[in-house]
Amino acid sequence: MSTDHVDAGLLDYSQRPARLPEPVDMNNDHLAIHLDTRLAIYEMQLTLRQFEKRAYDLFMQNLVKGTSHLSLGMEAVAAGFGMAMRPDDYVFATYRGHAHTIAKGAPLGPVMAELLGRSNGILEGKGGSMHLTSAEHNMLGSYAIIGAHLCVANGAAWSAQLRGTEQVAVAFFGDGTTNIGAFHEALNFAVVWNLPTVFVCENNLYMEYTPIDLVSSVPDPAAGRACAYGLEGVVVDGNDADAVYMAAMDALDKARRGDGPSLIEAKTYRSGGHSRADPGKYRPSAEVEAWNARDPIPMYHERMLRVGADEGRLSEIQQGVAQRVDEATEFAKNGAPPDEGALFTDVWADGGSAWRN
Amino acid sequence: MAELSYRDAVAYGIAQEMRRDPSLVMLGEDIAGAGGVFKTTVGLLDEFGPERVRDTPISEQAILGAAMGAAMTGVPVIAEIMFSDFLAVCWDIVANEIAKTRYMTGGQVTMPIVIRTANGGGSRFGAQHSQSVENWCMMIPGLKVVAPSNPEDVIGLMAASVRDPDPVVFFEHKSLMAGKAEIPDGEIVDSLGAATVVRPGGDCTIVALALMVPRALEAAEQLAADGIDAEVIDVRTLVPLDTQAILGSVSSTGRLFTVEENPRLCGWGAEIASIVTEEAFWDLDGPTVRITTPHIPLPAAETLEDLAIPSAARIYETVSKAMQ
Repeated sequence: MSTDHVDAGLLDYSQRPARLPEPVDMNNDHLAIHLDTRLAIYEMQLTLRQFEKRAYDLFMQNLVKGTSHLSLGMEAVAAGFGMAMRPDDYVFATYRGHAHTIAKGAPLGPVMAELLGRSNGILEGKGGSMHLTSAEHNMLGSYAIIGAHLCVANGAAWSAQLRGTEQVAVAFFGDGTTNIGAFHEALNFAVVWNLPTVFVCENNLYMEYTPIDLVSSVPDPAAGRACAYGLEGVVVDGNDADAVYMAAMDALDKARRGDGPSLIEAKTYRSGGHSRADPGKYRPSAEVEAWNARDPIPMYHERMLRVGADEGRLSEIQQGVAQRVDEATEFAKNGAPPDEGALFTDVWADGGSAWRN
Repeated sequence: MAELSYRDAVAYGIAQEMRRDPSLVMLGEDIAGAGGVFKTTVGLLDEFGPERVRDTPISEQAILGAAMGAAMTGVPVIAEIMFSDFLAVCWDIVANEIAKTRYMTGGQVTMPIVIRTANGGGSRFGAQHSQSVENWCMMIPGLKVVAPSNPEDVIGLMAASVRDPDPVVFFEHKSLMAGKAEIPDGEIVDSLGAATVVRPGGDCTIVALALMVPRALEAAEQLAADGIDAEVIDVRTLVPLDTQAILGSVSSTGRLFTVEENPRLCGWGAEIASIVTEEAFWDLDGPTVRITTPHIPLPAAETLEDLAIPSAARIYETVSKAMQ
């Protein structure tokens, strides 16, 4: 195939036109969300932000090894959904799963300790940043190879359907996942079996380093495919936690009523690069600036004041979050490395790893 | 006692377990209404209903993903992948997710899944519907691997696999489907990790699996006519592997032959040869010989496929020559 038509200059993605966020919808101030719920959403967003900023600092101190993928700038999605879900609903996330794990209730200390590879980590140091799981909170895993977990979420939804529990399975994934086969298999399967699964695409505009619109057949990579499965393509402002919360409640209620799956595309932006190794220089600077100006957390703070939250209460929440993140950091730093014996535990349900006699 | 084919033993074994455990469900392509393309699930829809026996789209990732999600939330599952070759389509879910999740999560989740799949050659289906891929699964930590050679083992090992809390890949051999045997009355439950001596003998040990077991037995009868008394071991489960049965036999016979339908490189017999070399070297009276399908994709034409897969004649000739 001739590639003469490709202008190499276009491959410097930082020179492409910026894709700018929609302005904040001020009408969302008036959404029917109780002030206590909003306080909880506010606190969760701050928790996610402070936790991940701390995780980043710990990388810089070389206390976190390997890689890590932060949700900085994208907290509104995990927080909005986290507050909308029932405690017994199931969550499945990707390798960018710190936020979803914490928003489902996993304790900060063991999550931080896992990033540091300590024995008091939530996975005993065996999974690391990309596989955070907290089964006791029905957070059933972070999946580092995109796509599979949408199919796995269907299985949890099927199980809930069989057991008649009205639980819902929520699968979070990025825009890049919409181009892998498992996405399409999972959506078709969920519709055909009428499963209580909610598929949530966090579209941060870049699959990793490549703009998603350059590799997708439709402008909205998730919502634009919904029609192929007889679903409504719901698009929501992923930087507005209240908008996310309302969309989440609708989809969760629908699933609980037995009316089947939903697909939601939340438009958002990551403040940093794809992973620890990526400074994100492939993005137009005007785009980065515009999205940073739409940072979900200051926006939500302003809304809280407009809807009557007490400023003193908000600063108490900030202080509480800062203290809990400090405590989690101490808990993690004080953890011992896993012992040698841990290498050979938990391959099998009997606790061991024997494959022969 | 009743006579049952290997094919019917599959449904018999599944039904035994579904009667015992009302939470056990199964899913796969064409398994419900059609009773399976190999007719291994006939009657299950009628007995257990469409909620427990479900047809799926042709979506192997969706099938095994659903199995995994259900299993990790407390619902044990039997999932069918129609041909074992198709495991390649959903290998991420098998090898990366189902196999590793317990370990990666520090033991937080349990994965009671049986992945049933039709394996092996002899049907003239060509390179994408005839492979023996048991060695693919054997090399992934976290998977148990079972491949029965006869109807009673199908039932007993199915029960053991379903009752095992870990993921099991259960290979049903296409060329054994029609074979019949007497089955004892009552519940049949076997255990994983136990090889069986299907023919005792003192001169050499022939280790075989699935379709290779009856062929090894046929070869052993020919060898007996020549005065060579071969012991034939049916491995039955590759993981867990009953190495003691093999080491014990080799210690008494002094010679080891493996008969493998998988292509040669990294076939399961190589692991057995390695274990025997490390642990029973001084008991050996001669080199270990592996009899395998050559390292080629399987051809479709009858004459070529028959040349590729070890036959009783090839086993007989190879062992005879090596024992001279």
